[in-house]
Amino acid sequence: MQIKHVAAALAVASALPLSAHGADEVNIYSYRQANLLQPLLNAFTEETGIETNVVFAKNGLAERLEREGRNSPADVVMTVDISRLNDLVERGLTQPLENDVLEQNIPENLRHPEGKWYALTTRGRMIYASVDRVADGEITSYEELADPKWEGRICTRSGKHPYNIALFSSMIAHHGEEEAQAWLAGLQNNLARKPQGGDRDQIKAIAEGVCDLSIGNSYYYGKMLADESQRPAAEQVRIVFPNAEGRGTHINISGIALTNSSPNRENAIKLMEFLSQEKAQQIYAEANTEYPANPDIQPSGIVASWGEMHPDSLSLQQIAENREAAVRMVDRVDYDN
Amino acid sequence: MSQPADPADYKLHQPLLARRTSKRWLISAILTTAIVALPVLSVLYLAFFPEENIWPHLVNTTLPRYLTTTFELMVGVIAITLAVGVSSAWLITMCDFPGRRFFEWAMLLPFAVPAYVIAYVYTNLLDYAGPVQIALRELFGWTSAQDYWFPEIRSLGGATVMIGLVLYPYVYLLARAAFLEQSPSLFSVSRSLGHSALSTFFRVVLPIARPAIAVGLSLVLMETLNDFGTVDFFAVQTLTAGLFDTWMNMGNLGGAAQIATTMLSFVVILVTLERYSRRKQSQFATRDNREPIQRFTLSRKRQWFCVIVCALPFLLGFVIPALSLAYYAWEYFDESWNPTFLQNTLNSLLLSGTAALTTLLIGVTLAYSRRLHNTQGMQVLMRLSSLGYAMPGAVLAVGVIIPLAGFDNWLDDWMRQLFGISTGLLLSGSTFALVFAYTVRFLAVSAGSVESALQKITPSMDMASRSLGHSPGGTLIRVHLPMLRGTLLTAALVVFVDCMKELPATLILRPFNFDTLATYVYQFASDEQLAHSALPALIIVMAGIVPIILMSRSIGNTRSVA
Repeated sequence: MQIKHVAAALAVASALPLSAHGADEVNIYSYRQANLLQPLLNAFTEETGIETNVVFAKNGLAERLEREGRNSPADVVMTVDISRLNDLVERGLTQPLENDVLEQNIPENLRHPEGKWYALTTRGRMIYASVDRVADGEITSYEELADPKWEGRICTRSGKHPYNIALFSSMIAHHGEEEAQAWLAGLQNNLARKPQGGDRDQIKAIAEGVCDLSIGNSYYYGKMLADESQRPAAEQVRIVFPNAEGRGTHINISGIALTNSSPNRENAIKLMEFLSQEKAQQIYAEANTEYPANPDIQPSGIVASWGEMHPDSLSLQQIAENREAAVRMVDRVDYDN
Repeated sequence: MSQPADPADYKLHQPLLARRTSKRWLISAILTTAIVALPVLSVLYLAFFPEENIWPHLVNTTLPRYLTTTFELMVGVIAITLAVGVSSAWLITMCDFPGRRFFEWAMLLPFAVPAYVIAYVYTNLLDYAGPVQIALRELFGWTSAQDYWFPEIRSLGGATVMIGLVLYPYVYLLARAAFLEQSPSLFSVSRSLGHSALSTFFRVVLPIARPAIAVGLSLVLMETLNDFGTVDFFAVQTLTAGLFDTWMNMGNLGGAAQIATTMLSFVVILVTLERYSRRKQSQFATRDNREPIQRFTLSRKRQWFCVIVCALPFLLGFVIPALSLAYYAWEYFDESWNPTFLQNTLNSLLLSGTAALTTLLIGVTLAYSRRLHNTQGMQVLMRLSSLGYAMPGAVLAVGVIIPLAGFDNWLDDWMRQLFGISTGLLLSGSTFALVFAYTVRFLAVSAGSVESALQKITPSMDMASRSLGHSPGGTLIRVHLPMLRGTLLTAALVVFVDCMKELPATLILRPFNFDTLATYVYQFASDEQLAHSALPALIIVMAGIVPIILMSRSIGNTRSVA
């Protein structure tokens, strides 16, 4: 056994960057891919000189934050889906923040009452419809998705995906659990195939003729239109704002929360303020085709061309509270089978 | 100074050695196991504190399907890996056919392809918008998916094939090593007693190789059971899917830990049953390595059969994915070849190298301690230290955070009280956490192979060395390790390749701004942009090739062939 070599390798490994330490920095735990955040963070560093450090993972970061406790290096958590933000609050991992800039930029319904999280963007859960096979106005609401006339004509991603769970939570809030479950069973009955893939895959499936309708977030459609190789598929599909005449379209958010233990609190607040302001909100709007949370910033040209979104005024908090009921409902209906 | 031992008295050798050995090996084995078992124990601990009891809901709704799907997936993967692994190993060991020497190592190459990468690649190739279906549509004039039937890659069947293709090398590797070690005279004796070659294979060769094949299969089984990337991507509802649903959607980490624990117990029971079923079978090293194997000379037709049996899994499991990655890597080369990519490559190599050596060191310590103190307790310790392998990576990562962050915060408190200094987080959130996680996860691989290799060295070696005045440590360094060189190399290399591919634990545990090739690939692939990360994916595969060739040579060297 060549102990020397082992020792040398260990020494080299321990010299790997452990964690970035510097005075002017802010540390981010992110459930969104780091490359999506990079343009925003670059703009932030350019403006303030504050460096940003990111860990991205799809799960487990809340557990990491919780166990690291007061010594955690993380200043903010960035995530999509209201329920995730709500989880952080319920575990006591975030701190309240009263801040004039944020309160001015982010409308009241898009932030926690005590400032324990702030939304940065919103996205509507739309109905995607085939341009050729679904007539204009043939479907206008989520409720109609359960209509037997669509039997074998609808595709969706897994019913367990947070975006669908949030939509189903809102159905429970509006109709009660029993009626919502009947609706979900009707929708499942109309599925053309077992739920699979992501939202983009549903647009592709409509283009391929597998099905005629689907539900998906607004920005996926926008991003496909912007990508040359995916545009042909997206052009086969029309976007419908569900329940535009009634209660409005179900929306979800991406947001940011200040951690309880934030070691660089001032820098973190600067980052949060920056992300709510014009420059960052425009990047969100243009690069990611999301709806800016700041009402002063207009959605991108592509998004605006679909028409104006009338969002459901149901409180996000209530959607988060119905999450578990929605998950159980999906299991009972056996939606993913 | 050893007492003079009667050579016939081998069975008594263990207590004899133990009596003359200081307790330092025993104690270091216990300490090491205690540390390595911490993450698994943490998960067990979590299992006692669920948010609420999930089982009634699961049993009433999805559990039956999770179980059936998991069972079907496992049976399918076992069938594929067993059929491909054992048959190719046997043909390559015993028959002469064109390309045999090439396939000797080439059969191992799919091992270097991460399961999630092969899943992405085949989805790109085989889905509606992929080249295969486009070509078919052009050929037959079809215009939409309604016009024809094409197998759905995103299905249980698809997942079974994908996982089977990248995991069969475990079985091949161990089966081949076992076949090479068998004395050819056994085969000749069976033939001379009137058995056909086929019947000899099933009645003599396979039963003797069974322990090795069982080890290979149990590795396959554990990897299959804790795979999340592939089944999630293919929307296959296994127990792992239920575990993540309970964790992420129901916010019930304790419930998720219970599912993980259930899966773990299942693996333990299966492995124990297998061992129990051959408890009466004991094998002695009566082989003679100098006796060469006489390979069969086959008819032309049969030679082609051999080529096809070997070439098919190699093509599907390696050539097609590698070529397809190479194509994208070439197309997107300028975008992919940047300082970040080089840094990530370096990170991956250093981390995997360090973890492979650490794992080997601990594996040797444990296995050798067990040789010195062959008690029931030591056996339990060995098994306990290997459990990390049977747990989904993301769950294990949480298990790693708990003791590390706990230690960090305890030390910090203590230092604050005593000296008024804060030490902050020393271990968690550092590369140490990653090396630790890899060690916990892959110790089963190295400890297991070192243990089984050690068992084959006759105890009279130890006795001779010890009676000549060497300490146990000296005996290990001067006698055992040189004899085990091939095994050690293989064990370290398998762990190295496994670490290069490891994804879920790395994602959760890594430091800020730190990527390995695997996490970098995932970031793009999870956003449906595999093409942009084809170069790093290709590097993961390439980095696996060199170790694999070395590995194959070290096995081939165990026996000369006529």
